[in-house]
Amino acid sequence: MIELDRAGRSFKVKRNVVHAVRDLSLTVTAGEFVGCLGPNGAGKSTTIKMLCGILTPTSGTVRVAGLDPSRRRTALARRLGVVFGQRTTLWWDLPLVDSFALIRHLYQVDRVTFRARLAELTETLDLGAFLRTPVRQLSLGQRMRGDLAAALLHAPDVLVLDEPTIGLDVVSKAGIRDFLRRVNAERGTTVLLTTHDLGDIERLCRRVVLIGHGRLAFDGSLEELMATAPGQSSIEEVVTRLYTAGTQ
Amino acid sequence: MVRTYFLLAWTWTRAAAAYPASFALMVLLGFVAAALDVAVVLIIFANTTALAGFSREEVLFLYGAAGLSFTLCDTFVSNIDRVSQHIKAGTLDTFLIRPAGAWVQLTTDRFNPTRAGRVLQAAVVLGYAIAALGIGWERGWMIPVMVATGVVIFAALWTLAGAVQFVLTDAPEVTSAFTYGSNQLTQYPLAVYARDLVKGVTYVLPLAFVNWQPGLYVLDRDDPFGTPGAMRFLGPAAALVLALLAALAWRQGIRHYRSTGS
Ligand SMILES: Nc1ncnc2c1ncn2[C@@H]1O[C@H](COP(=O)(O)OP(=O)(O)O)[C@@H](O)[C@H]1O
Ligand SMILES: [Mg+2]
Repeated sequence: MIELDRAGRSFKVKRNVVHAVRDLSLTVTAGEFVGCLGPNGAGKSTTIKMLCGILTPTSGTVRVAGLDPSRRRTALARRLGVVFGQRTTLWWDLPLVDSFALIRHLYQVDRVTFRARLAELTETLDLGAFLRTPVRQLSLGQRMRGDLAAALLHAPDVLVLDEPTIGLDVVSKAGIRDFLRRVNAERGTTVLLTTHDLGDIERLCRRVVLIGHGRLAFDGSLEELMATAPGQSSIEEVVTRLYTAGTQ
Repeated sequence: MVRTYFLLAWTWTRAAAAYPASFALMVLLGFVAAALDVAVVLIIFANTTALAGFSREEVLFLYGAAGLSFTLCDTFVSNIDRVSQHIKAGTLDTFLIRPAGAWVQLTTDRFNPTRAGRVLQAAVVLGYAIAALGIGWERGWMIPVMVATGVVIFAALWTLAGAVQFVLTDAPEVTSAFTYGSNQLTQYPLAVYARDLVKGVTYVLPLAFVNWQPGLYVLDRDDPFGTPGAMRFLGPAAALVLALLAALAWRQGIRHYRSTGS
């Protein structure tokens, strides 16, 4: 479903070149739930943006749902749901329902299907109380639920999320995790998320990918991740070791 | 694309119409502001009967034709010049995840229907000039072609200005000087300008085809700069070439978009 083959992206900054992602190879098959870890600036967001077609890779190839994202961006958009924790994809000044209505038209979802999906998402994400509120007036937790609904209204095959739980309280986090687990289990949607919250990884991800300095530093199950540091008992300790090992 | 355009524009129109009083006021203000522009033309003619050999009505005709094309673009396309704001704020990312072109989404972003007041003003001036000059169909058929050509040229200029902002993200004023400056240049008969400038806006940046060249045909006048008669009909071709260049530049801009680090 997602294939990165020696993908790289660099940025020219004044006279220097920043290699945000280098030689990253990764394959995610349909129905997987993959969590992506990595210290700040590791290249997680850059990777997500290459998957959506926002950034064109400067080397290697990227394929999502069989398409080259940067060349077939709009075709891919119909099969891809995207959530940015740091930034809403909804229309800031419009009420949530108006954003959903626009999405229905943009993605050409027929009215009957749309109503059914919206009713289901409104219930599972508990959106009822603020459907008519402009997005800018929503709390972070409400906004994130709105964003999740927006990303799933067109029933995408793949869902990518960049730090979806950032800044949320424990209850909101639990709600979002529960919801993501259901989407993956019940609909078979392939999910790739980035996070700094190890709770997300422990509770959701059967597979963990660790990126450091733009390169793949680890790829395997949570158990395998723990096994990289025998004697360490908590995931925090293991990850701290991996992060600091990468900087040396 | 047309469907998406109207869908998005309609959503913003509805949002604006939620405040009907301010909506009406904005239309009115637009009309008044534009009317001041015409006042300048009328003041010039208070002391003289001809401007570079063109009568008051002829000048108003050229003014109205360029104005109509420009204000239509100002209403329907100009939002694209906010692309640098979206680049800096990182909000362009959110346009790129939708199954619609970035161009359509940007031109309709916060679509402001109150700019229609200016379109109305330009249409009134043009209508008055056509009636006062007694222009008939035998040459008047060129008028809709001329306005459409002007719309395409200005839309292409705005798109180019938007594409340039992918590189000059920190200097959006440079690009808007270019679009609004082009409009001001076309408000008067090109005969008032120096020969080299007119050559430039004929063969390099084809502003002469917005209203000047086709306008000479409608007014049945010879070009004071002596260009051949066939030039009067080249507007659509020039507009198409410019539109093609703008589309290519825009695509390059999107492909080289760097997003923001976060
Ligand atoms: N648009 C950009 N221009 C310049 N440098 C960038 C840009 N985007 C990201 N970077 C750099 O690339 C590196 C990786 O960034 P990012 O992918 O955002 O990391 P992460 O999401 O893992 O924290 C950082 O060093 C960042 O400064
Ligand atoms: Mg990031």
